[in-house]
Amino acid sequence: MSKESKAQEFQERIDNGETIEPKDWMPERYQKQLIRMMSQHAHSEVVGMLPEGNWITRAPSLRRKMILLSKVQDEAGHGLYLYSATETLGASRQEVLDDLLNGRAKYSSIFNYPTLSWADVAVIGWLVDGAAIINQTMLARSSYGPYSRAMVRICKEESFHKKQGYEMVAQMADGTPEQQEMIQDAVDRWWWPTLMMFGPHDEDSPNSAELIKWGVKSKTNDELRQSFVDRHVQEAHAVGLEIPDPDLEYNEETEHWEFGEIDWDEFWNVVRGNGPMNKERMKTRREAHENGKWVRKAAEEYARKQRLQKEKAS
Amino acid sequence: MTKTDEKESKDTQWPLWEVFTQPRDGKPHEHAGNVHAPDAEMALENARDVYARRKEAVNIWVVPSDQIVASKGEDAGPFFDPADDKPYRHPQFYSVPRVSKRRK
Repeated sequence: MSKESKAQEFQERIDNGETIEPKDWMPERYQKQLIRMMSQHAHSEVVGMLPEGNWITRAPSLRRKMILLSKVQDEAGHGLYLYSATETLGASRQEVLDDLLNGRAKYSSIFNYPTLSWADVAVIGWLVDGAAIINQTMLARSSYGPYSRAMVRICKEESFHKKQGYEMVAQMADGTPEQQEMIQDAVDRWWWPTLMMFGPHDEDSPNSAELIKWGVKSKTNDELRQSFVDRHVQEAHAVGLEIPDPDLEYNEETEHWEFGEIDWDEFWNVVRGNGPMNKERMKTRREAHENGKWVRKAAEEYARKQRLQKEKAS
Repeated sequence: MTKTDEKESKDTQWPLWEVFTQPRDGKPHEHAGNVHAPDAEMALENARDVYARRKEAVNIWVVPSDQIVASKGEDAGPFFDPADDKPYRHPQFYSVPRVSKRRK
């Protein structure tokens, strides 16, 4: 069969809502785009442990500490589900990790902002995980089987992440004047970077149309961003918090919240590596990898010795 | 990628294991995903930490990925077609007299 007719058959499978599995024929570009997208997603989970991980030792109570530990551990797990899924496309774990450590691969820019107070932990759970859920619920219907299945698993766990965050947000918003000030300050700092998580406007997003055609995504960046705003504005108002956007206004006709323009200069600046924490995050990640080396070596050596012993015994 | 010596290159590329989890006693094992691990024992421990943090399993199997033999997706048609023309293997194929339960 010619390449063109294979590509056409592939597109028909996608249009019929069929799931593509690792061993199936797929256009090279579908494979490449998925490797790029899924490994970036995996890196985001892994780097995403760092901003919150900073606060584990300073959690205000044992309850909050256990919750945060568990959430950060989940993020590591999510990274692993996604690395596994990426490997089904023929990318080795080693290559993918090297790309992150060498700075060739990107991860979500949101993690290049600092976590200045405990209230940031609350707001990250509420806004950042809230945004992730909206994106990932869509990706759970992605045309690539292993990606979609990883997303289903992740979405289940992510809803605890958002809820624990929103619970804290609500408690602080209902707390002492200092706590109220802290939580509002965190919302003021995280709101706009969270909106940027959905990526550039549709007309400036060259990958979007192709990913939609291939059924990897089913909604555009702007559509996802709008559903995030609609939901989270209501949640903010429910606990008496202000959204830092003077242009925010409810449109009775469309039944959507209209919002102001994102500072795209800031967005591209952080994407290009000049955000407040880009260097710090990569440095921490590289050190963690380096410092874990002896553990990996020891595990390998232990496995080797066990094998030798078994061979001797038999 | 830079070329590293063999021992070094194993650093993050241990053998791959497929993970199957049994959600509850009496249920069949289901494929959950995979993990990298230097040996079976650690594959089991990694599988538990990655795929059963919320009691999703009462039992786990790990199998070296290269030991799994699978049928080919593109051959699904001819491979499974022996079952295509055997409707008599289903109860719907048969018509029998309707017997309704008699009430006392």
